[in-house]
This record gives sequence, C-alpha cells and structure tokens, in this order.
Amino acid sequence: MKALLTLAAATVIGMSGAAVAADFKPAVVYDTAGKFDKSFNEAVFRNGAEKFVTETGIRVREFEPQNEEQREQGLRTLAQRGQSPIVAVGFNMASAVTKVAAEFPDVQFAIIDSVVDLPNVQSMLFAEHEGSFLVGALAAMVSETDKVGFVGGMDIPLISKFACGYEQGVKYVTENAEVFQNMTGSTPAAFGDPARGSELAKSQIAKGADVVFAAAGGTGIGVYQAAKDEGVYAIGVDSNQNYLQPGTMLTSMVKKVGVATYQTWKDAEAGNFQPGIKVFDLASGGVDYAIDQYNEALITDEMKTKVEAIKADIIAGKIKVHDYTATMSCTY
Amino acid sequence: MSQQRIPAWVTVIGVPLVNILLAAIVSGFVFMYLNISPIDAVKTMAYGAFGSSYGWGYTLYYTTSFIFTGLAVAVAFHASLFNIGGEGQAYVGALGVGLVCLLLGGKIPFLLLLPLSIIAGGLFGALWAFIPAWLQATRGSHVVITTIMFNFIAASFMAYLLVEVLKPEGSMAVESAVFHEASWIPKIWELAGTMGIKMQRSPLNLSIIWALICSVFVYFFIWRTKWGYEIRSLGQNASAAEYAGINLNKTIIMTMLISGMLAGFFALNVVQGEAHQIKLSLVNGMGFTGIAVALMGRNHPIGIVLASLLFGFLYQGGGELQFEYGVDPRIIVVLQGLVILFSGALEHMTKHPVENAYLKLSQLVGKQEAKGA
Repeated sequence: MKALLTLAAATVIGMSGAAVAADFKPAVVYDTAGKFDKSFNEAVFRNGAEKFVTETGIRVREFEPQNEEQREQGLRTLAQRGQSPIVAVGFNMASAVTKVAAEFPDVQFAIIDSVVDLPNVQSMLFAEHEGSFLVGALAAMVSETDKVGFVGGMDIPLISKFACGYEQGVKYVTENAEVFQNMTGSTPAAFGDPARGSELAKSQIAKGADVVFAAAGGTGIGVYQAAKDEGVYAIGVDSNQNYLQPGTMLTSMVKKVGVATYQTWKDAEAGNFQPGIKVFDLASGGVDYAIDQYNEALITDEMKTKVEAIKADIIAGKIKVHDYTATMSCTY
Repeated sequence: MSQQRIPAWVTVIGVPLVNILLAAIVSGFVFMYLNISPIDAVKTMAYGAFGSSYGWGYTLYYTTSFIFTGLAVAVAFHASLFNIGGEGQAYVGALGVGLVCLLLGGKIPFLLLLPLSIIAGGLFGALWAFIPAWLQATRGSHVVITTIMFNFIAASFMAYLLVEVLKPEGSMAVESAVFHEASWIPKIWELAGTMGIKMQRSPLNLSIIWALICSVFVYFFIWRTKWGYEIRSLGQNASAAEYAGINLNKTIIMTMLISGMLAGFFALNVVQGEAHQIKLSLVNGMGFTGIAVALMGRNHPIGIVLASLLFGFLYQGGGELQFEYGVDPRIIVVLQGLVILFSGALEHMTKHPVENAYLKLSQLVGKQEAKGA
C-alpha cells in the first residue's frame, strides 16, 4: 500500500511539472441540460467553443455533467489536467466553481450568470432585463389583444429578471397591456420540460395572450410548438431560435454567452485574463433581439424603427430598465 | 447431470469472472462501433480509475457509496423482500445527516457530532423504509410497489425542503448552505498528508471505513445472529418460518429498518464527506445501482465489496472515457447495463458451460495424473 502511495505521489509531481510547460488549454463545462439544448448551452457551444476551435485550431475540452455531483468532478478533473481557463456555464455551477477555484488558485475560471468572488474567477453577467425590454416592446407592437404571456423556467431571481424586463417593455408600448407570467418549476428540471411548457403556454393563450415569451431553456421548445399550434407568436431566448418554428417566431432575445466565452478565451490566450465581474449589456452587444431570414417578414420597418429608437434610448440612459435582482422585486 | 462435486470457487469466482469477461467483450464491440480502439478504451479506463491517487480516490469514493446501497438491498433480499427504495432512503438519510451538520456543525466537537450524524442518517433512512415495511407486514401492500413510490415522494419532499426551507437567502441553485468545516468527515488525502504521504485531492473520505465496518456487521447479523436466522428463514420459506414460531410481521419490519438504515448511511459519504451541503437529487441513481451491486455480489458482503469496486471502476473509468474521447456520457450506463445483463440476467447461460469446462479439465488432469502414476 505504501509503495503504491509513493508511486502515486511521484505521478503527482510529474504531472504538475507537465502542467506548467503546457500551452493554452481552454475548457468548458456545460450545465446538465447538455450542449445541444437549442438555447443557453448551445449558444456557448456554437458561438464559443465551436467558433474558437475553427478559428484557432486549439482544442477545447468539453464536459457535460449528467448530474449535480459531476459538475464539481468535471471542473476538478479539468483543472487537475492543467486546463485553463475553464468556463462554467450557468448559475448552477456557482458552488462547484467556488470550491474548485479555491483548490486550484493557478487555474483561471469563468462563470456565466453568477458571481464568484475569487481572484482567479471571472464572473460574466448579462443585462437580460434590457434585452427582454426590447422583445417585450416588440410583443406589445404585434399584440392585437393587448395580452401577452411569459413562461419562465425555474423560479429564481435570474428568470424573474427576464420577466420584469419583458413586462416593462410591453407596458412601455401599451400601458394597459396585461402580462401573464408562469414559472415551470422550482428545480433545474424546469429548464427541460417542454410538455409542461406547452401546457403553460396553452393556458396563457386561452386567456387571450397572442405573444408568448419563453425564458426557459429546453422547456421553450414546447412553448414555441404550442404557439405554432394555436397560431400565435412566440419569442425565443438565449440562442437565436427564430429557425425553430419559422412564421410564428416573432424574434429571439439573444444572450451572447458564446461570444462572451469566446472573448474570455481570446483574452486569456493573449495573457489578458480579467478576473472580477464583467457585465455584458445592450451597449456592449451582450444582449439583443434577433432578426434573420426566418422572421424578417414579421417585423415591419415601422416596428424596427421604433424598437431601434428604444434600444438607442436604453443605451443612452434615457430609458431606465429596472433590474429585478437589484431590489428582488419588480416595482419600477 | 454430473456425479462429481463442483467446488464452490468455480461458481462463486469463476462464473462471475467469465460473465464480466463476456460483458467486456461485448463492450469492446460497442467501442469499435464508436471508432474507439477497445484496447485504448480499457487503458484509458484503467488509468483513469487506478492510474493516480486522484483516480483511485474517486473510484473508492464511488465504491463506498455502492457498498452502502448494495448492502441495503442485500439485507432485504435475504428476507426475499425487494427493496428498490434505496434511492429515496438514501436521499432522506441525507436530510438527517445534513440537519445534524447544519444545526450542530461548529458547535460541538467533531467526535461528538459524527456519532450523531451516523445515527441521524441511519434513522432517517430507516424511517423512510418503515412505512413500506409496515404496509407490507400489516396490509400486504407489496414492498416493490411501495418503495418505488416512496422514491418519488422522497424526491418531491426533498425538493420542497431545499427550495422552501434549506436554500440560503440570495442563492439561486437548489442546495442547502455549506456545513461548518468542523462537521466535515476528514478526507483520506488530508490524513495521508499529515502522515507525510503526498496524495492528490480526491473525495475519498473516512466513510469507507464505516462502509467496511457495516459489511462485517451485515455478515455477522445475517449469518451469526438469531435475527439473521429469522430473516433467512422468512426469505426461504415464509410458511415454514411462521410454523417454526417466527413472527413474520416483526421480521419484515426489522429487515426493512436495517435495509433503510444502511441506505441512509450513503449520505455520510456523499453529503458529510464530500459535498458538505444537501444538493438536489444527490443520490443520482446510486440507490438503483445498489440493486445491481447486490445481485452481482450474491448478497454476500464480500461479493458486494468486490462488485462495488467494479462499479466504482466503471463509474470513474467511464467518466474518464468521456473526457478523453468526448463520447456520450451515457456510455457508462451502457457498460453497466452489459455487466448487469451478463452477471444478473444471463447468469445461468454461463454457469453450466463453466462448470462443465471445469469438470472436463479436472478429468483430463485426473487422467494424466493416473497415467503418470
């Protein structure tokens, strides 16, 4: 047994020596929804990992945890292998990043949607309320019933931030509009429940909503399907989801987590890794609404001019969008 | 069929080994289908699971979990009760362990806290098994149905508690606060460090000692005590046991309490030893894997420890495959499924051929010895 331990100790020393000499080795740990969730994680994959690999030819190690425990193990294994920087996708990773980043002070970490206050961690935050305000404004412009819906994933402040921004955007255009809000659940499973998403959307549509915005990861797929079946508009989230149900997808509130991830790797490669909080807002292009060949017919020039004006006003600070997480309430 | 006696080691060691070998060969075809050389895959898995103190730390950590859930299933099996509620019992056991650590962590010394958390984990697990046991004993509700339903109740109950009660203010992830450092079960690498042995950081902790103690306890309990005798009698022939004066209802409840208690101990390893907080769905199907472990280990503690090691290897080595080749992580489930298929379901397929081969071989050796003489 003791011989085995000494042998193991020798491997440790050997490995740590190799890690110092190694070149740039970026990595990413997705959340349990997986990298092909068509939404949040896929945005990191398509515009971050995939793009970085094709442009630089550097291999990006990826890990998709299957459960809560593997998040931490995935991070630790990557750090152990000398990968750096490691991007952790999603607020669910916060406690795992806190633990593992403290264990490996020489490895650079970045986390999306959460703040981890350690000298080797970059916390990437997005101004979801600003992007949601824009799609809310668009929703109000096309709504004939002046009733719109919002289907959230997990009932947490982050998703309420989307809901609150959306509501403000709707009411900015149509002051007396009604916004129905539903959350899918209270656990991460709420981000992967399209059946329930579809039911919630249908009940909102039955109450008169003719635009439904889903900020619910994989659950959104069910919402968009329900909207198509009932012949109303839906709004996608995180990735540009306009292609999913062309014709009824009004737009998507894109959150450029992939671009941010890509940028973090680029910075680190150049030796400019910045720990601390980094905010991606409307002004820096971190959030936006999406127009492409699938929805350009739905957005008239008049709507576009209007929403661009709102966007300019938000960037200029003329419109102040209330951030739910600042006060933990949606009073503005 | 044959008059010659087959020694126990052929059935107990030979047959499982052949089964595992067959499973490995079929897994090899799976890897070839995935364009991965089976030899490389085995190397990766073996290195990942045993190649470094980090690797075998993780392997033994998983082994510890499987020993607890495997023993839980095995004890119930001896009374021919099929406890498939290990998942839920372990989850609720985590609540017991977690509450002790959250409420008393840092307030009382670790040596006082540890017995309390062991008792709480066992007690909560046992309580979760008690209701199905009581229903089985007094109402005849089949324990398979009730325990599996109790898994769902446990999942909802724990999700509710985590979201509404245990989640600290301002946190978005569904998990409790981190326990006070004084309540953590010491990690093996830390202990090795104090003794001057350098080990990489891994989640392996002292719970493994408790798992081995429990294995010894189960052996003595099942084969060396009056209660164990009652349990085995109930399992082999309930009417005969009743005729012999054994109180069936009492025995059913006792068996399930012990079974639930062992499942509850799972939380010591995962919650108090590693995560240091109660997380959502922390059991991750390890309660169900315990069924496979018990099946493979023939419900004997030694077999269970070995089967746990095999599954620990599959878990850790399979995870390594995912890192190395980027294969779908569900490959681990495929490998496990093959092992279970060959050693559980198709056990009799290889039993006779292996025994026959042994007989032929021993006859051959016998003839040659006769010739030599």
